[in-house]
Amino acid sequence: MKVKVYVTLKPSVLDPQGKAIKHSVELLGYKGISDIRQGKYFEIAIDGSLSEEQAREEAQRLARDVLSNPIIEDFRVEIET
Amino acid sequence: MKFGVIVFPGSNCDHDAYHVISKHVGQPVDFIWHRDTDLSTYDAVIIPGGFSYGDYLRAGALARFSPVMNSVKEFAGRGKLVLGICNGFQILCEAGLLPGALIRNRGLHFVCDHVNVRVESANTPFTHEIKTGSVLRMPIAHAEGNFVCDDATLDELQREDRIIFRYCDASGQVTDAANPNGSRDNIAGICNRQRNIMGLMPHPERACEDLLGSSDGREVFRSLAGTLAAAA
Repeated sequence: MKVKVYVTLKPSVLDPQGKAIKHSVELLGYKGISDIRQGKYFEIAIDGSLSEEQAREEAQRLARDVLSNPIIEDFRVEIET
Repeated sequence: MKFGVIVFPGSNCDHDAYHVISKHVGQPVDFIWHRDTDLSTYDAVIIPGGFSYGDYLRAGALARFSPVMNSVKEFAGRGKLVLGICNGFQILCEAGLLPGALIRNRGLHFVCDHVNVRVESANTPFTHEIKTGSVLRMPIAHAEGNFVCDDATLDELQREDRIIFRYCDASGQVTDAANPNGSRDNIAGICNRQRNIMGLMPHPERACEDLLGSSDGREVFRSLAGTLAAAA
């Protein structure tokens, strides 16, 4: 089982890196892009000892306590069985 | 009075802090490895600058889980003094000992420069011997020094006189042009509600000798030592 965790900056937090990427992309001629926000993506392998529900709970806790900073970031957890 | 300088893997201003305490403050000081947990013999602890854990995940994010950080929380809870400089400030925010967070600089670049900061409050153990409104010249060296917080936190910091340093120009004017990293409200340093924990991005420990371009940082350590001497 694999857990995917997406960490993104809260909409209210400025993302200077995303802005720089968007600027470059515009210079390269890509059209129709109104915004780019950069985030983090984690793939977490879960061993067989956890049920899907337990894995989700564990991943939620990990994402909340370690992988994200709740002051500036949101997270989303997905399970791939 | 006895000082401790905490050393994480990747700390690199630990020796500067040690040097300033031993040479300029003239007091005993120990390095404290991040796996040690006994802070019982110290009066003040410095969390120094550097790149703890290589800034992996987020600056300061992994250092906050080092065993010593539980002791730092307990230490601060007893009213002892904790000073976080640069990466130390980032670690204190990640650990929840100071509010807000430090994100990537507005201009994206690592900024290594001398900046001016205005002392906004002399009402801390770290600034009480400095006149409010004084301008200190100190170096900064960071990529993630852009202080962010929500409106409620900013309001609380202002109301409780907890913004201790703001980036300013040489004449003490707090302007956007003098803001090196995009920090909200030009904030360069804050303290906790109890005022015994302070974090700042500029490096007072690297501004204690004229040879290094400024000795203004000594004022911070003079205040700190004065507080401890008065308490002894």
